[in-house]
Amino acid sequence: MTRIVNVSRRSMLKGAGGFGALVLGARIVGRPMINAAVAATSVGTGAFEPNVFVSLDTDGSVAIVCHRSEMGQGVRTGLPQIVADEMEADWSRVSVWQAPGDPSRYKYKDNQNTDGSRSIRHHFTIMREMGAQARDLLERAAARQWGVDRGDVYARDHRVHHTGSGRSLGFGELAQAAAELEPAGGDGAPRLKDPSEWKYIGRDLPIVDLYDMTTGGATYGADVRLPGMKIAVVARCPVYRGRAKTFDATEALEVPGVEQVIEIPPLGDRPAEFRPLGGVAVIGANTWSVMQGRGKLKIDWEPGPNESHDTDTYESQLIESARAGGHVIRERGEPDGAFAGAAKVHEADYYVPYFIHTPMEPPVAVVDATRTPVRIWAATQAPNETRQYVAEALGIDQADVACNVTLLGGAFGRKSKPDFAAEAAILSKRVGAPVRMQWTREDEIQQGYYHACCAQNLKAAVDDSGKVTAWRQSAAYPSLMTLWEPERNVGSSLENGLGLVDMPYNAVPNIRIENGEARAHLRIGWYRSVNNIQHAFAMNCFVNELAETTGRDHVELLLELIGEPTNLDLTADGVEDYFNYGDPIADWPIMTGRLSNVLRVAADKSGWGKSLPRGHGLGIACHRSFHSYVATAVHVAVQDDGNFSIPQVDVAVDCGRYVNPDRVRSQMEGATVYGNTVARHGRITTKQGAVEQSNFHDYPISRISDAPLDVRVHIVEDYTDHRPCGVGEPGVPPFAPALANALYQASGKRIRRLPIDTAELART
Amino acid sequence: MIELKVNGVRRAYYGDPNMPLLWYLRDEIGLAGTKYGCGVGLCGACIVHVGDSARQSCLTTVADAAGQEVTTIEGLHPDGNHPVQRAWRQHDVPQCGFCQTGQIMQAAALLAENPNPSDEEIVEGMSGAVCRCGTYQRILAAVKTAAEEV
Ligand code: FES
Ligand code: FES
Repeated sequence: MTRIVNVSRRSMLKGAGGFGALVLGARIVGRPMINAAVAATSVGTGAFEPNVFVSLDTDGSVAIVCHRSEMGQGVRTGLPQIVADEMEADWSRVSVWQAPGDPSRYKYKDNQNTDGSRSIRHHFTIMREMGAQARDLLERAAARQWGVDRGDVYARDHRVHHTGSGRSLGFGELAQAAAELEPAGGDGAPRLKDPSEWKYIGRDLPIVDLYDMTTGGATYGADVRLPGMKIAVVARCPVYRGRAKTFDATEALEVPGVEQVIEIPPLGDRPAEFRPLGGVAVIGANTWSVMQGRGKLKIDWEPGPNESHDTDTYESQLIESARAGGHVIRERGEPDGAFAGAAKVHEADYYVPYFIHTPMEPPVAVVDATRTPVRIWAATQAPNETRQYVAEALGIDQADVACNVTLLGGAFGRKSKPDFAAEAAILSKRVGAPVRMQWTREDEIQQGYYHACCAQNLKAAVDDSGKVTAWRQSAAYPSLMTLWEPERNVGSSLENGLGLVDMPYNAVPNIRIENGEARAHLRIGWYRSVNNIQHAFAMNCFVNELAETTGRDHVELLLELIGEPTNLDLTADGVEDYFNYGDPIADWPIMTGRLSNVLRVAADKSGWGKSLPRGHGLGIACHRSFHSYVATAVHVAVQDDGNFSIPQVDVAVDCGRYVNPDRVRSQMEGATVYGNTVARHGRITTKQGAVEQSNFHDYPISRISDAPLDVRVHIVEDYTDHRPCGVGEPGVPPFAPALANALYQASGKRIRRLPIDTAELART
Repeated sequence: MIELKVNGVRRAYYGDPNMPLLWYLRDEIGLAGTKYGCGVGLCGACIVHVGDSARQSCLTTVADAAGQEVTTIEGLHPDGNHPVQRAWRQHDVPQCGFCQTGQIMQAAALLAENPNPSDEEIVEGMSGAVCRCGTYQRILAAVKTAAEEV
């Protein structure tokens, strides 16, 4: 008899010796009661791609697979919530299983790499189809059992009912019969529910890991324990692409608990990608010992080619480069003529420094490379890339590497780069035991993939009537593409597509957007919201400057610049390679009307235009990113010494169709606090190539004492019949400019550079 | 040898007395609910109770805890239903969840000491516990809800 072991959500990853997830993964894909995963109609290619997301036990318990990584965005609730709804499953009988990295089962239009705010927007329909197929099979099984017409049965609340007789059977009772049937595909594909019939989609459901997360039972990367496991930390060169010339491990090896010191080979000439940086690893019985041991290593570093990287001079170079521009990526009209004939030209430089992710949980992975398949348990956003880089590090085939995904204690882009898992693999192989590779906070801050610092030059031509007639924006930043092309010295369409080339002030008749050149001297990597942060900051603050120059209301001017509602056509301005977050522009157009709409809502909710006490200010900003439209209004109260508080924030978000509104709200609340860190705290600097910050004393992140604590999220419902858009990232970019604009109103001090220096806001 | 009690269980420890309690709890006795976030007393992910007070277990050595009662998130309440834990669930506080065990231990100690804190006292009392996901406004609301019950 086929039997699926009923695994409660609490036992995720808690099988014998921590092997749970893999066993569960194998079980769920190997012995499904119902193969509801024939997605022939949904893959876009028309190809037959078997996938398994739903399994039902004879006792009626349902397991739904979540194939993307949970890092706080609520995906382990949101995706299964969609399946359960279409299936007519009772949510209280659903448990969620985490999928291992397996493209043969979990790759559709998208992969399992959980970044880019894609989980719901790329899987909403597929998850519905998975649920609908399960429901259809159960309904057909009941109809067959009763010998009645298929059209006279329907599933509701975990049972299948017969309209004529009132008979019904529970899902569990139908499980075996349903397993005998072939899933329908093609023209016979089951119908999807009408949105009016949804009972979970669009509704608040508490996250499935809530109990575990509040009792210490949730399993993150460092919580996986294997028999005989060793712990490792690595000393890496403070300068990117440097290497250990020589090292002396004598004292390190004298620390009780330290067992071995092993060198991980340096990058050499290879592109960094997600490869280990190399260094000297200390391995032992417990974390404390190896940390102590690492402190006792004597290493003579050869700093290599980036030794002269100093952010003080680099910043001036970027500003010069942004002014110079030179690589035109979008052009409309005759900007040169418009500037020449302008009544007034306004110009300003903006600068945003390097940031680092600081997820609360530093990178960590456990790898057992002593057997085949090699097994990984990692706090990873990208289980298949993790397999890829582990396989490369070990010189084996990716098919011989399995990757289980734990919960991620935050990620923000850092954990889609599995260098830490590759380190663990190398060391596990060398010591002949499973190894937990533990990054310390210092490692995370000093050896990371940095958010690109960026200088921008903005210039606007204004005519006699105060109309903006030309817009020039030029950005210079080190490209994250240098991970693959180290010699690259200019931005990419991916990065320029993050709110720069798609600059939304469509009513401006003359536009030039360009890039200046810059080389990379650190690993550059994506960070929640990526380059949208600097682009949104500069353009939203600059419009505030223009409002002042022209004596206009900021919101009124913004609405005028955005213009009439339309779908922005970048090809008309010569942009042929617009990234659009990897999606077809026809499916996710740039709808300027939606941007104006959220702007109006945020203005209205914040009481825009109201009179404020002395020292107070209200600022606003709006931005489209990851296809969503967000406007943020920030109210500040500035003291004479420049310190300020944020009594209220209003966030208006249009993310199209949404699944779990509470998680939309929580993401906007969290993104606002993340934006607060970006605006006020974040700054990585380098001297002689090395990052100067090391922990939260010199790289602070927002605490409850400086965070906005009254964030009011307004979900704009006007476009919920449109495709789902991103939610995890779009809340971040508008916050910093809205805050800067509020501070200008309150203090009269312009902020063109992050992080904000409160001393500069002091009343003089 | 060092003797201490963890969640009511008597323990004897023979290793390095300077090992931080954090690593003793996690590596030596397998209580993984206490988290490492910074190792230097700056984030609060590692907060436990030593006696009645909230302590950063990364800065407290096993020797410091000798003869004392240590309570971790696993021992806060037998069913995980301490008023603070229930309030946390009522407000759906966690995002990634990683900081939340430390937050809960900090909040429980705060309310044990001051059952009726003002908003300012909550903010001050919770300011050592960092949440990178930014759940602060729900933390504030949950502490207030829990305060009604304590
Ligand atoms: S780990 Fe102890 S305070 Fe951060
Ligand atoms: S919930 Fe993620 S760090 Fe607090």
